[in-house]
Parts: sequence; C-alpha cells; structure tokens
Amino acid sequence: MNNDEFAISASGLTRRFGSLVAVNDVDLKIPTGSIYGFLGPNGSGKSTTIRMLCGLLTPSAGTASVLGMDTRRDSEKLKQQIGYMTQKFSLYGDLTVKENLQFVSKIYAVPRRQRRIRVEELMHEFKLASRMKQRADTLSGGQKQRLSLAAATLHKPKMLFLDEPTSAVDPQNRRDFWEKLFELAELGTTILVSTHYMDEAERCHKLAILDEGVKVADGTPKDLGNSIASNVFEVSATDPNAARLSLAAQQDITSITQLGVRLRVLVPKELSNALSVVQGNLSIANIEADVQQVFPDLEDVFISVTQLRRREGLAA
Amino acid sequence: MKSLTRIFSIMRKEFLQLGRDRLTFGMIIGIPLIQLLMFGYAINTDVRNLSAAYADEADSHLSRRLVSDLRATQVINIQQRVSSVQELNRLMDAGLISIGIYIPDDFDRRVLQRDRPALQLLVDGTDPILLGVAQQLTAMPVRFDSQPAIPGADVLMEVRNFYNPERRSAVNIVPGLLGVILTMTMVMFTAVAIVREKERGNMELLINTPIRTPELMLGKIFPYIFIGLIQLVIILALGRYLFQVPIRGSELHILLASLLFIATNLSLGLLVSTMATTQFQAMQMTFFVLLPSILLSGFMFPFDGMPILAQRIAEVLPLTHFNRLIRGIMLRGVDIMSMWDEAAALGTFMLVALTLAIARFRKRLD
Repeated sequence: MNNDEFAISASGLTRRFGSLVAVNDVDLKIPTGSIYGFLGPNGSGKSTTIRMLCGLLTPSAGTASVLGMDTRRDSEKLKQQIGYMTQKFSLYGDLTVKENLQFVSKIYAVPRRQRRIRVEELMHEFKLASRMKQRADTLSGGQKQRLSLAAATLHKPKMLFLDEPTSAVDPQNRRDFWEKLFELAELGTTILVSTHYMDEAERCHKLAILDEGVKVADGTPKDLGNSIASNVFEVSATDPNAARLSLAAQQDITSITQLGVRLRVLVPKELSNALSVVQGNLSIANIEADVQQVFPDLEDVFISVTQLRRREGLAA
Repeated sequence: MKSLTRIFSIMRKEFLQLGRDRLTFGMIIGIPLIQLLMFGYAINTDVRNLSAAYADEADSHLSRRLVSDLRATQVINIQQRVSSVQELNRLMDAGLISIGIYIPDDFDRRVLQRDRPALQLLVDGTDPILLGVAQQLTAMPVRFDSQPAIPGADVLMEVRNFYNPERRSAVNIVPGLLGVILTMTMVMFTAVAIVREKERGNMELLINTPIRTPELMLGKIFPYIFIGLIQLVIILALGRYLFQVPIRGSELHILLASLLFIATNLSLGLLVSTMATTQFQAMQMTFFVLLPSILLSGFMFPFDGMPILAQRIAEVLPLTHFNRLIRGIMLRGVDIMSMWDEAAALGTFMLVALTLAIARFRKRLD
C-alpha cells in the first residue's frame, strides 16, 4: 500500500489568506522513516504547509493524507499520531521542565503508571534532569528546544513536524539536535523539518525548496545540485569588490554572492562558454582573478531556482 | 519644526492604528454612548412605577379613594389587592413587590381621631432609595373632605421598614457588590486565561493535541470556580463582621446561588475568549458586560424605578437575576426554591454561553 511507503502524500495543496496565496499548489510525497526538509526564506509558506499537514489549517484547495489519514476529515484522530514542535516556544514558561512534561503526558492521556516513567526517561534522554525544577522561561535557547522536542515526542508519534526548530540555538546544540533526529528516524519516525539554514537542509534525506508558496524544486541534496540550470564558478580576486562590480554589468550572469574574498557566480547552463565569459569579463576590466568551476551547493540551488522563477515571472 | 513633524507623525500613526483597531474604536464611541443612555435612563430621582400591592381591610369609601390617589401619583404601580398583611409579607419576601400598603379595618375611625397612624406602608428597606420614596408618599393628605387641613398633623401613614430597620446602606450594597465583583473577576479571568494562551503561542500546541474542546473549556472553568468561592467567602466575611450585614437565609442556598452565578460568568468569559485575540481585547469586552451590569442590575438604582426599556435590557444580564437571588436569600431569608425562576434564568445563561463558546471554539487556526 501507498500509505506504508509514504507517510505524507499531498496534491495541489493551496492556502489563501485573503488575496495572499501563502501556499500554492504544492505536491508532496514524503517516504516513511525519512527526514524531509522544507528549505525556504521567511514567508515562503513552510509554516503554513506544516500547519495544513497537522490539520491546524484547512487547505483552500488540494488534499493531504498523513499516515493514511485525511487532514480535513480525520484531523482529530491524526493528532494522537503526530508530534508538532512550533516555531515559537509554546510550552508554559511559568511551569517547570517537569511540570510541562507531566502536563503534556496527561493531555496525551499516557496511562498513569507509564506517565512517570516516560517523563523521567525523557528528562534523562534530553539532558534536562538537572533542570527539572527550573521554570521553562529561564532555560537557554538550546534547553528550551530540547524540552520542546521531548514534549513533541512524549507520546511516541509516528510522524514529527518541526517548524524551524533550531532558529534560536547555537551550533553545538544544533549538532546534538540533529543527532537526536537521526536516532528518531532510525526508530521509524518520519520527520518533516523546516529550516532556512543550508547546512541543515544538506543533512535531510530529501528536501523541497519553497519560494513564495511554490515548491520550486525537490529531491535529495545531491540530485538538486545536479539538476540545476546553472554552472557555478568560484572567483578568487585580490579586489573582490571590483570583480563583483565588473561581473554585475555582465548580462548573462544569474547571480553573484560574495563570501569574504571569494565570489560565487551562477551562470545559466545554456551559456556554453561560461568559464571564458567570466574570465573575459574580468580580464577586460583588468582584474586579477582565479576562476574555477565548482559543484553547486544548496545555496546555489536555491538562488538558481528562485532567480529562474523571478525571470519567468517577469517574462510572463 | 522637526519636533512638530515628529509629533504629527506620531499622531498620524496613532490615528491609523486606532482606525484599524475596530474594538478600541467601538469602545471610544460605545462607552460614552452606553454610559449616557444608561445613566440617563437609570438615574432617576423621581422613581416611578415601584411594584406594590395592598391589603384593604377597611374597604371604605375613604380607603378606596386613598388607594386610587396613591395609584395616581404613579410612584407606585399597584399590581394586586390581597386579603391580609401576611399576604403582603409573603409577596415582599418573594421579591415581587417593593412596597405594600396595609389599611386596617378601623381605618376610617383612625383618620377621624387622628391619634394613631391610620395605615402602614411596608417598604423593602434594603434599598435606601426605596425608603426615601416611601417617606415622600407619607406626605400625602389622608382625611375626609369635611375635615379641616391641619398642617403637620396630616401624617397618618406609618412607614414600616422591612429587612433593614437601621437604614444602613451596607445591607444593600454588600450583597450587590458580591455580584459585581464576581462578574468583573470571573468573566475577565477566564477570558484572559484563554486569550493569554493564544498570545503566548501555547494554544497552537494545545490544539494540536487530542484534547477535546469541552475538556479544554471545563478544565479552564473549574479552577476559577474555586477562586470565585474564595472571593465569596472574603466578601461575605467582610460584610458580616465589618458591616454587620445580616445573613438571614441558609448558607447552603447562598453557596448554591453563588456557584450558579460563578459558573455563568465563567461561561461568559469563555465566550469572550473565543472572540478576543489579545488580552487587552478580552478586558475591553469584559467591560462591555460589566458596565451595564453595574448600572442596570439593580445594584446602583432600584430596578423597579427604571424605565421599561432599561428593565428589559437588565433582564438579559446575569447580575440582575443574581442580585434578586442573593438579596432574597441573604436579607429576606428566603429559600432559593421560592425564587426558582431567577435561578433558572442564570442556569439558562450559563448553558447558552457555554454552548456558544464550545461551538465557536475551533481546534484550528483558520
């Protein structure tokens, strides 16, 4: 059955808020047991899509099935099976770590005897035991995030939705957090995680890039790199500013991003002699620079697909 | 020049924000409008149409003329004639009349002899305004046409002050205040408690759990019932020991009436919470309930003295019914069951508000 293979399948998912189309005709197939990423800037429709998949928002059009349940019809039944970590810390700041977990365990009606064991287990597992009597308000960003994940996984959901879980967390905590996610995925949990960090997106088994409510690309990080319609060049120049200004005047170039002294230059693939175009431009401007073609990373993919859309939008 | 520009920019921003905050805008217009209308209607020193009944044991030409003279003042609205003073007492206990007129069978002789009061006005003295009205009525001349008018000697009406012989206003204020305080705090507490969760984002987590709407609602109500009972005890204790307000009825009945009223206000608070998105809005809406409650429920002005329109509005305020109940039980010592219609009105309010709140609450964000 399809349901076993895919934890989530959605087609034509659309959500309008008045005249704004927050999510536009998104199709999704998320394999069971995988970590699936939503990559996109703020306002790209990541949260809205997640909320529709949780059954919190009714889609304006399209359908979605999560764990074989329709998000419109079975949203209440679904809630027992999914965990959701909101973008903003949504546990009670005026309750302690332990009280919060106890509260959640009761809301999910975990049987009385297991409740205590599960709460203890989670506090240990998420390194919160020493903080158990501390009020959630006073926790650090990383601790709050661990508490949120502990609460979201308390009832052992088969499907976990994480909405920008690492936005207020330092790099070390982010690494630990992702290790935790891989552990959960290994135990069979399907995880949908939204992010605007490229390095996090790289860790996902598969991901979808969202831009202005539209899914502009999806696949494994590697597939996405191969599939894009741009060649990527790295330009190391002694005067990167001058190089950037000179290249900006070149019509064919999709985008230029400065990374310290290096420039990352995207050129459409249909331009056959891209390398010589870039080199030619710089030598005419009398700028000393080393130009190398490199494998596209996710940021390049992101820029390439979104720029492509903007151009098509302008052309149309 | 620069500071003027800055001032104008702030002013413009404030107006823009005000124009977009429809609720505040509504309050700006609504509060003076409501206040003016209610005070205009309700503050009425020439109180009219106080419900009254009379027992005329004399049934003479003079006594009938007196009753029709009293009726002609329009101050009292004589609704029925009863056969005995006991009957008048019963009507007063049930809260059906504020004034009773008792004319004894030797009325004519008393008027002629002028040595004793010829008739009695029984007044629900818990409300000082009513008492004042009764005093005014006694100035009406009671004499046969053939008798000469002797200034100062005409007062043949005796006022019998029921329930509050010492004429202390605390007697009336304290039970009324109980209702006002419970209305204010109970509606606001529940409304704010739920809206706070919306504001802080807790609600998004809550509605994504298997919890059912009635569970959430009842779970929110119960703690506040307890808080309401604490308030009840504080107010009653202060009233009893600080203001010597009598508690004539049974404590159990006071508790029952208060529980019903607390639950009604909590349901109302839940309903408010389904309409407000910020705590501030919740407070504003609470005031929409509170203001008419204070002015029209009979807490400030005698209900009977208000014009019909104000009375009709007051009937849809829970506090009006609670005021009648609690004053009846506390001051007149009546049974809650003898005022079952007031209790039923509160119960209906509660069920309607709770049903609406549950129906309006969505476990969704759209």
